[in-house]
Amino acid sequence: MAEKKKKIIPKRIPMPNQSPGDRIRNFGEVALGYGREQAFAEAERCLQCKDPKCVAGCPVEVPIKDFIAKLQDQDIEGAYEVIKTTNSLPAVCGRVCPQEVQCEGQCIMGKKHQPVAIGRLERFVADEYMALSACDQITGKPECPLIDPDNKVACIGSGPSSLTCAGYLSSRGIKVSVFEALHEPGGVLVYGIPEFRLPKAIVRAEVEALKEQEVDIEVNMVGGKTIEVQDLFDQGYKAVFIGVGAGLPRFLGNEGENLIGVFSANEYLTRINLGRGYAFPEYDTPPFPGRNVAVIGGGNVAMDAARTALRLGADTVSIVYRRSQDEMPARKEELEHAIEEGVRLRCLCGPLAFIGDENGKLTGMRLQKMELGDPDDSGRCSPVCIEGAEEEIACDLAIMAVGTGPNRVMLEATPELGLNKWGYIVVNEETGETSIPNVFAGGDIVTGSATVISAMGAGRRAAKEIANRLLGTSD
Amino acid sequence: MPNTILHKAKLIPGQTSKLVIDAPLIAAKAKPGNFVILRVTDKGERIPLTIADVDAGAGTITIVYLVLGKTTALLEELDQGDDILDLCGPLGQPTHIEKCGTVICVGGGTGIAAMHHIAKGHHMAGNHVVAVIGARSKDLLLFHDELTAFCPEVLVSTDDGSFGHKGLVTEVLEDRLKSDDSVAEVVGIGPVPMMAAVAKTTKPFGVKTTVSLNSIMVDGIGMCGACRVTVGGEVKFACVDGPEFDGQQVDFMELRQRLASFRDQESISYEEYKKSHG
Ligand SMILES: Cc1cc2nc3c(=O)[nH]c(=O)nc-3n(C[C@H](O)[C@H](O)[C@H](O)COP(=O)(O)OP(=O)(O)OC[C@H]3O[C@@H](n4cnc5c(N)ncnc54)[C@H](O)[C@@H]3O)c2cc1C
Ligand SMILES: Cc1cc2nc3c(=O)[nH]c(=O)nc-3n(C[C@H](O)[C@H](O)[C@H](O)COP(=O)(O)OP(=O)(O)OC[C@H]3O[C@@H](n4cnc5c(N)ncnc54)[C@H](O)[C@@H]3O)c2cc1C
Ligand code: SF4
Ligand code: SF4
Ligand code: FES
Repeated sequence: MAEKKKKIIPKRIPMPNQSPGDRIRNFGEVALGYGREQAFAEAERCLQCKDPKCVAGCPVEVPIKDFIAKLQDQDIEGAYEVIKTTNSLPAVCGRVCPQEVQCEGQCIMGKKHQPVAIGRLERFVADEYMALSACDQITGKPECPLIDPDNKVACIGSGPSSLTCAGYLSSRGIKVSVFEALHEPGGVLVYGIPEFRLPKAIVRAEVEALKEQEVDIEVNMVGGKTIEVQDLFDQGYKAVFIGVGAGLPRFLGNEGENLIGVFSANEYLTRINLGRGYAFPEYDTPPFPGRNVAVIGGGNVAMDAARTALRLGADTVSIVYRRSQDEMPARKEELEHAIEEGVRLRCLCGPLAFIGDENGKLTGMRLQKMELGDPDDSGRCSPVCIEGAEEEIACDLAIMAVGTGPNRVMLEATPELGLNKWGYIVVNEETGETSIPNVFAGGDIVTGSATVISAMGAGRRAAKEIANRLLGTSD
Repeated sequence: MPNTILHKAKLIPGQTSKLVIDAPLIAAKAKPGNFVILRVTDKGERIPLTIADVDAGAGTITIVYLVLGKTTALLEELDQGDDILDLCGPLGQPTHIEKCGTVICVGGGTGIAAMHHIAKGHHMAGNHVVAVIGARSKDLLLFHDELTAFCPEVLVSTDDGSFGHKGLVTEVLEDRLKSDDSVAEVVGIGPVPMMAAVAKTTKPFGVKTTVSLNSIMVDGIGMCGACRVTVGGEVKFACVDGPEFDGQQVDFMELRQRLASFRDQESISYEEYKKSHG
């Protein structure tokens, strides 16, 4: 290539955030989102690579280069349409994808400078588009094919995998019904991830958009209890997608784990998110008040629980993690936010026992100190106990965020489903089909707890196969 | 799903009511021992209630509840023709029922209603069902007529002696066990102290004892662990592993303590409710 004038690469535009002092007193969203100026400036940083590496990092292959090109032309609707071709929940993904290991992790700009803020741009596009009046949205919408009521598919569970599957199928004229056990659709997006990170109104808007495509969402319907796979086939459904997630909370089996004040992160967060416990007593579901809180674990779930406890008025919140800070699997931004807000890290230790009073209430925790040993299967250094090094800390709320297992109800009711040794559903890698013909599965119930976008990728993969079978196409 | 209340009977005015609800999908699948989780308002809490009866033909289920706090008070405000906002089920493992001979079903308080469905199941399976029911006094006794309709024996105790034996259900149970060594199983449903006492009573007789645990629940499908109980030294989730367990193995003390987890907030809720509802 000819000599080019060396271009000055502008710095990545920072995300406007609520200040830590303000935000720990409310459940409002922490990251406020780019304004137009900021978004267009950030879009300009994209090099429009001939061979865009970014796309390969995205599990649903968002045409990143193309949507950013539209933004460079200040065409927000155009950008939205491009994103929507592969991603049915962009407002969610822009907020919760671990971009640093996905799209942004692969961006060329990241090699020498900071990567293009793809996630923030995606969020900007989705939010701006949704803020347009309903009328604009209708006129700007790609024409919906007529839904064929006889070509129908059922999705069980309403997390991102099912919603994506439903979105893809309905956009191809297939009638979809989604059956959700809880009273509100969205899966972890609603019951797990807190309001300050993913406002529920956004999930609701994405769900409403699906309803406009004639997707039926039926809540309070438990797959395997209220309705079984065979019932669905008997009712004329031609395929079933199972996306029931992996929410079974794991405990460690320590002494005192059933004391009052020891919670699974799922219970703690479900009360506050699904039950809107942060607004108790206006809402009836009580959150558990804790003054000195210990959260056990180092992933996104632990960060969410810790930051939630702070907002509910805890005096101290510590994250107890058995490896070091560098090994924490949480999204980088969440860990940074947590530290800014005052969450303390107590690394290299794990719980030995919980201690309680005569009423069965938690008063403290005994910890085992650890050091880092050799790397394990996951490539991270494994924690090794330091013989005899123990410590006792006071706490009245301990939240276990040490992983989850497969949701059982659906699996127990459908014993023909082939499972792997960890109890997750085995699927054909290419089609997402399970051991039962025309029954598909995807998301956390196949992979174990993973990410929103990988669950969406799995929903999309199964939907493609289902559409091909039902419509005789070959996408 | 409308979940319309087709019939409401105030069994003990202001305290306990029975609702017959139009819920064909649940009715088609419900078995003795199952429960539902319901929500009354869009700001409300999810609470579990046992399915006390089912009419699959009519597509209805029956629930019976004791007004204890805000959610049950809100439920009590509903009337015939009203809809229940959210109703989810049938949840939990159904009662293990097989033909085994004589089964004594012990019920206390509102637990009698829950026990009724199980007793019916045992009766349908061809077992000789002895119902033992108790209340503080005669007018607080539930489901006496319903049980009499199919149980060959209905034994009653009241605290004040206004009906049947004066004293506790466990005394009646013990007498019955002493005089009859053919009893294959005892089922006990009621307040935690009563179930603990039933298990203690049956222990010397070595008879299989089943209790139904009413731990606090949130989702009811095994995703939160709120309902965890210790049974035989192992942690179980009452909503998916139970709610019925071997009474000899249950840690009743822990269950009682855990039921108090949210007592302060529950009284805040109820007090505010009572203030705003006169
Ligand atoms: C607190 C928390 C924070 C997280 N943060 C992030 C993050 O920042 N970024 C990220 O990428 N990922 C994050 N994750 C992980 C991510 O949310 C999950 O990987 C993703 O939601 C999985 O989607 P899914 O469709 O497989 O199932 P889920 O979202 O788990 O949804 C499953 C749904 O199925 C329903 N269900 C279960 N059983 C039945 C049944 N028998 N019948 C009917 N319905 C049933 C459940 O109620 C639920 O609504 C987080 C997870 C948690 C818990
Ligand atoms: C599987 C199962 C089946 C049940 N079946 C029935 C039934 O058929 N009829 C019925 O009346 N009740 C039943 N219960 C109990 C019922 O769920 C509670 O009474 C109800 O949640 C109270 O809600 P509330 O908001 O009115 O009162 P809250 O304000 O929640 O509680 C008021 C008082 O009741 C106590 N309490 C809270 N939860 C429970 C509980 N789960 N069990 C006992 N006491 C509790 C509290 O400690 C408090 O003192 C069942 C519980 C379970 C787990
Ligand atoms: S969906 Fe997620 S991984 Fe894909 S481009 Fe958007 S933010 Fe990146
Ligand atoms: S790799 Fe980075 S710079 Fe290249 S097209 Fe993708 S986002 Fe733009
Ligand atoms: S109620 Fe949540 S696991 Fe049982």
